[in-house]
Amino acid sequence: MSKTKQNDSFLRRLISNQMFIPLLALVLLAIINLINDPSFFKISVQLNNAGNAVLSGYLITILDYGSELAILAIGMTLVTAASGGQDISVGATIAIAGSAMLHVLCGGVARPTELATPVFVAFLVACLVGMACGLFNGLLVAIFKIQPMIATLILFTAGRSIAAWINNNELPIVPDPKFAYFGGFIPGIPIPTTVFIAAACIIIMALVLKFTNLGLYTQAVGINEKSSRLNGINPTFIKILAFIILGLCVAVAALIKVSRLSTINYSVIAKDIEMDAILAVALGGNSLSGGKFNIWASILGAYVIQFLTTTLYKFEVSSDALAAYKAIVVIILVVFSAPTVRDYMGRLGKQLRAKKEVA
Amino acid sequence: MGTAPLFKRKRWKTVEDKRLLEMHGICKSFPGVRALSNVDFFLNEGEIHALMGENGAGKSTLIKVLTGVYSKDEGSIQLKGKGEVQIHSPQDAQKNGISTVYQEITLCPNLTVAENMYIGRTEGAITNWKKMNEDAGKLLELLDIPASPTQQLESCSIAVQQMVAIARAVDMECKVLILDEPTSSLDEQEVQKLFGLMRNLKSRGVGIIFVTHFLDQVYEVCDKITVLRDGQLVGEYEIKALPRVQLVAKMLGKEMDDLSDIKGDATTYHEKDADEVVFEAEGLQSNAGIKPFDFYIKKGEVNGFTGLLGSGRSESVRAIFGADRVLGGKVKVHGKEVKIQKPLDAMKNGIAYLPEDRKVDGIIGDLSVRENIILALQVLTGFFKPFSKAQQYKFADEYIKKLNIKTASADTPIKSLSGGNQQKVILARWLLMHPEYLILDEPTRGIDVGTKVDIQKLVLELASEGMSVTFISSETDEMLRTCSRLVVMRDRKVVGELSGEDLTQNKIMSTIAGGESKHE
Repeated sequence: MSKTKQNDSFLRRLISNQMFIPLLALVLLAIINLINDPSFFKISVQLNNAGNAVLSGYLITILDYGSELAILAIGMTLVTAASGGQDISVGATIAIAGSAMLHVLCGGVARPTELATPVFVAFLVACLVGMACGLFNGLLVAIFKIQPMIATLILFTAGRSIAAWINNNELPIVPDPKFAYFGGFIPGIPIPTTVFIAAACIIIMALVLKFTNLGLYTQAVGINEKSSRLNGINPTFIKILAFIILGLCVAVAALIKVSRLSTINYSVIAKDIEMDAILAVALGGNSLSGGKFNIWASILGAYVIQFLTTTLYKFEVSSDALAAYKAIVVIILVVFSAPTVRDYMGRLGKQLRAKKEVA
Repeated sequence: MGTAPLFKRKRWKTVEDKRLLEMHGICKSFPGVRALSNVDFFLNEGEIHALMGENGAGKSTLIKVLTGVYSKDEGSIQLKGKGEVQIHSPQDAQKNGISTVYQEITLCPNLTVAENMYIGRTEGAITNWKKMNEDAGKLLELLDIPASPTQQLESCSIAVQQMVAIARAVDMECKVLILDEPTSSLDEQEVQKLFGLMRNLKSRGVGIIFVTHFLDQVYEVCDKITVLRDGQLVGEYEIKALPRVQLVAKMLGKEMDDLSDIKGDATTYHEKDADEVVFEAEGLQSNAGIKPFDFYIKKGEVNGFTGLLGSGRSESVRAIFGADRVLGGKVKVHGKEVKIQKPLDAMKNGIAYLPEDRKVDGIIGDLSVRENIILALQVLTGFFKPFSKAQQYKFADEYIKKLNIKTASADTPIKSLSGGNQQKVILARWLLMHPEYLILDEPTRGIDVGTKVDIQKLVLELASEGMSVTFISSETDEMLRTCSRLVVMRDRKVVGELSGEDLTQNKIMSTIAGGESKHE
């Protein structure tokens, strides 16, 4: 009797946990793939184009290509929590930051023979550009009180043109093959570099959350701005800070994206990635109207989305049709993680238990 | 009492005939708390029935069950002419003729007055705006509410917003009208107007459930009292059969030292006169539209701002705390001139401020009791110095115990606590900061008698330990009991200061009214 009760409360705790929905989605996707083709989970060592022995397989692809999304999900979660809105300019600002980085790397020449500046300087420039974009969005939201989606619509619309303008609409190609390491593999290391970059970002965020009050302040501002101010918090600063942190995440994502190609395509790079990032936040069970957040659930959500994309590719869904299939799955996931549905499920479970007790 | 359409009244011969609403054996539990257990409640036609009880006694829960906000776990609800009814949503309640005006205004501030009155009640997809505004105008005029139908609701004062909410409820052809703390934000005159309205409705056969913490008001308008305590029914009483002291005793579940008892304590502190001025302001002015004013408070002193609603009491203390934008004036703390431009500046100078509107300015709803308690001290400690979890629990548990906060755990979201307990959490937040100067703006608003006394006692206790306190309350007797000096305000201007023997109800009234304003 007491044991079933324990099981009961464990089950309830599990279901009420924010991680439950993304985890469940992950397990379901894994099962579908296991049934369809167990080789989905095979990881092999193969030689890549550069002649290095690297890990290869669908799981590695998911970890690799999920990195940008996971990194962006960190910033997007903070922006969502603090401002109660989303930044839809992420894809466009990746284009700007990437373009600026290329400009510095190539010294403004389309076909340079060697790097004009070291990569880390170019990356710093990208960070500054990303943060400047974040600052711009943050100012509009926090000071001019424009709704985040409208405020970020400006860079969403103009961003890719600005990116093209930075390089005179040319597509510079980075001459140094080492630059490709960031989005690919470092010789001698079989794990994609992006995994390390994502891990570094996640660890840094964990440390920031542990050793500062960023989490508490952000949630307080998102839940009740007026009250936060009366408790000495500066809501304007916290909101701008959230956008700037997202700007940093954008710069890191830009590094990976540009490194993958060693060049840029202004109209295609990181296209629609903002929607996936927002989705990751929602999938993680975070309220899109701000307030309480769980950054780990968002990160998990990001990998679930990548898992889904890769699974669909595996089912040979063409890239044009991908969005439609994804939408169906997204609807199901989001409806299930909606608070009303979860409440309903909770009540249903309670009723079932009550019936069982009567019986 | 009252005049009624007589042809209708003649039919009400027996008690059963007059019975409008019967609630039997209502039970409701929340995680960790049994909010109602086996509560009965009966309401007759043409009756004003007070529902009384302490914090968390279950008044609000009972009402939310009746109005379909919460679903009951057990029990039945019967309505006259309908038999047993199932109320699953506020819409169901409305259809059954049950309307509510809640303690906190639940209208849409960005819609017009008329829209707020008719929202969700228009038939079909097309709204006849002209007719709606006309109807609203008529009703507002009838009820003597100083608002225009096309005015935005947020441009009205809180009192007028409250009255619009009542107008909305009244217009819904209701049989059962529930008023949950409707008077907590109204001044005396407005309360009288509301009572007139209530008596009017009563004479038309409406049954009114009146939830309030003001004992005077209960004895002024009500016919019957039902008392709840800790989620259980204590009893139903005719108003004449239940003297005040007994009512309080029943609510608290013990013979209580009546409110007047602590008056004795207060006067002893009144005598105390430390010399050191803790806070001093000269020509202080903010963008909230108050005239520049001077103010000071000494160590261990309790003083207060008094005046009618909208006289600028809250705006004055907000200016002191830097909650509104300060436009001018000199501020000294311990004789040293300081700049207080924002709340953090005030906090750094040892000033704490418990705001008037708990829901909007006080609680951070989704955060836990623990996080709400540590917030101010945490902010003061610094962004890069978060408390450890263990430290947070230590702080929270200390004050949960000290202030007797009723909560399932320190991790419960504050929004699921009752109003009085939320207020205690906010109080705990500021006490944890160990301020030198504590400003309490309406700390007892919407709170039961027991907690009121607790808070008043606490104020005097803190003062005796050397804390300076500014106390604001709409209830003058409460201020007389605690304050040794009162700053009187009228029309956003300080018009007088009373202390010592001048501290009487009459003197305050006459100063507010302008009979003897000293500073003019």
